[in-house]
Amino acid sequence: MSENVPTEHPANAAVSAGDPRFLSQDDLSVDTHQIVAPDGTYDAADVPDLDAEQFQDLYRWMLTDRVFSRRMVSIQRRGELGTFGSTRGQEASIIGSAYTLQPDDWLYVGRAWTPMFMRGVPMKDMILFWRGIEEGQQSFAEHNCQIAISIGSHLPLVAGLAWGMDLSGDDAIATAYLGDGATSTGAAHEAINFAGALGVPALFYCQNNQYAISLSADQQTAANTLAQKALAYGMDAIRVDGQDVLAVYDAVTEARERVRNGEPVFVESVTYRMDAHTTSDDPTRYRSDEEVVAWEAVDPLERYREFLESEGLWADIDHDGIVEEIEAEFDAALEEANAFAERGIEEIFAHVYAELPPELQRQFEEFSDLLERRPEMYDHIEQRPKG
Amino acid sequence: MQATIVEAVNDALHTEMAADDDVVVFGEDVAASGGVFRATDELLEEFGGDRVVDTPLSEIAIVGAATGLAMYGYRPVAEIQFSGFLPPAFDQLVTNASRVRWRTRGALTAPMVVRMPYGAGVRALEHHSESMEGAYAHIPGLKVVAPSTPHDTKGLLLASIRDPDPVLFMEPKRIYRSFREEVPEEDYEVPLGEATVRREGSDVTVVSWGSMMPPTLEAADEADADVEVVDLRTISPMDAETVVESVKKTGRAVVVHEGPRSHGVGGDIVARINDEALMYLEAPVERVTGFDTPVPLLSMEDYYFPHPPRILDAIEDAMSV
Ligand SMILES: Cc1ncc(C[n+]2csc(CCOP(=O)(O)OP(=O)(O)O)c2C)c(N)n1
Repeated sequence: MSENVPTEHPANAAVSAGDPRFLSQDDLSVDTHQIVAPDGTYDAADVPDLDAEQFQDLYRWMLTDRVFSRRMVSIQRRGELGTFGSTRGQEASIIGSAYTLQPDDWLYVGRAWTPMFMRGVPMKDMILFWRGIEEGQQSFAEHNCQIAISIGSHLPLVAGLAWGMDLSGDDAIATAYLGDGATSTGAAHEAINFAGALGVPALFYCQNNQYAISLSADQQTAANTLAQKALAYGMDAIRVDGQDVLAVYDAVTEARERVRNGEPVFVESVTYRMDAHTTSDDPTRYRSDEEVVAWEAVDPLERYREFLESEGLWADIDHDGIVEEIEAEFDAALEEANAFAERGIEEIFAHVYAELPPELQRQFEEFSDLLERRPEMYDHIEQRPKG
Repeated sequence: MQATIVEAVNDALHTEMAADDDVVVFGEDVAASGGVFRATDELLEEFGGDRVVDTPLSEIAIVGAATGLAMYGYRPVAEIQFSGFLPPAFDQLVTNASRVRWRTRGALTAPMVVRMPYGAGVRALEHHSESMEGAYAHIPGLKVVAPSTPHDTKGLLLASIRDPDPVLFMEPKRIYRSFREEVPEEDYEVPLGEATVRREGSDVTVVSWGSMMPPTLEAADEADADVEVVDLRTISPMDAETVVESVKKTGRAVVVHEGPRSHGVGGDIVARINDEALMYLEAPVERVTGFDTPVPLLSMEDYYFPHPPRILDAIEDAMSV
């Protein structure tokens, strides 16, 4: 007789007779972790154990994110960038999570720039990146962070980085930031499953900002929440109010602890993209003003300010002074970016391979020679935003 | 009517959706927002949400589901938002779409179109600028089309949707809106697999397509030679005959493409010229192409793709022998 007696298979531990019973996602209730309610109230016992300076730091970084987005959109309008994707509205989600990360952790983002500043990336390099200058990304890499443009493509990579951390016994985690749209890609599913199966220290931090360009989150998937998708892969998940920076910080701090112990975690942070998807998008085609106004009412900076006031920490925060400092930092970064020396065409051929293959060398030489012989080439080479 | 290339795409979709109820248009952001380039504008309003569908962000499923829909008798026209996002779905093209007919000995087929804007020069981000027609043309069973004019765009897209085989329709986005020309209101086809002589000449043949047609024609006008320009229009299957006949007439040839040089379509064209017209050649065939590098990010992308002086230089080289 076969040893595989069906009713004794572990998956059949509980059998039921009668009509088949469907398992539905409605059998599962997924809470949203929150500390500060939209009306500003909270239970002091739930507040994360941070000191006054750290509480203020969180505010400063959120403000940095907001000011940076505003300035980038405005220089894009002046033709000084190709395009830009603002993160206004997602400050709590972005900063609360990134504040938990340690210097050796790796960070691969879709839409989240300030965490890279928090790791030491100069603002100048982010401006260069959005100006389409490859050099910006060198410092990203030097600070263990990268931006993925092909949506979802970075998740398998993060699983691999985490695997490396696991193999080498390093005390760090690899984090992928992704959007609601990214959870539909094949790469995301393969990566989450893979990381789960191998038990590697990967944290998947999904900012459900309600839209993937024009597609709303409820058109993106029939699932009630994005968090529950992880369960199918045996990965633990947590859903958090992404407008509540303390809740995000709290949830991701705990998630990071588990991840460090080799249990990958998926976090869904529920937030909202206030601005257009990018500067080339027209959101009035797919969302209503009322919706935007409703989310404006749960602005993450406002909610956090109320908390700081209740804790008596607000008085020490010079909001306008901080904004001025960030503006000055941006001005200096912009000036540095503007001073970035124009590059030669050898840049196009550099870094494709460790060693320049003869055919690439030939293409480079032929092209250099052509540019010398035919300066009219430059009539066709458009003036780009200043490097 | 006077139309741009992207308007011609839109017009072809309107025309064919009205003529054939089996045509279903889908992809990311194609319905409510009308596509990031407005190629699918007003289709949702006219044909409704069953036939014009905003899909999840799922390139694999978009191409794979198009294949299934087509096998079931529909005529899917799927949009991939930018050519750099087709690679995840490369598997579906290679593994399924291109092989359905062959695998089932003709019992099932996949008459579908995957449309996508391709090429550099619009100041976009990484993965938004490539010209990988060489990679896709390498897939047996898949047709690859790249129009260069509004008139051809409408006619080729109509022919592609009606074609019994899967077609990858590569739209030259840099010239999406750069000029208008007369595009007939009525229904017409430009047949797949037929190149056209875009400009007649007797001294040298320049073969080009898609986004490279305007710089090629500009170089041809400036050249101190009587240049014939062949617009390939369909990359695969290739109309080698038109190319070869032209080269037999002129005795000289230049191939221009935006994609990387090595292992590219240009190499194949040179081989066909060698096969069929070697004895007519008075000079080696020149290639003007993108470099064997990723397309640089926007600050230097203009250096990447061939401009008229580079093409002119190659024409002069060919003429100098
Ligand atoms: C694989 C892939 N397909 C399509 C695109 C074009 N695109 C850029 S951003 C975007 C929406 C992304 O939505 P989401 O993952 O929710 O992230 P968000 O931008 O909202 O943070 C799309 C479709 C892309 N970059 N990559």
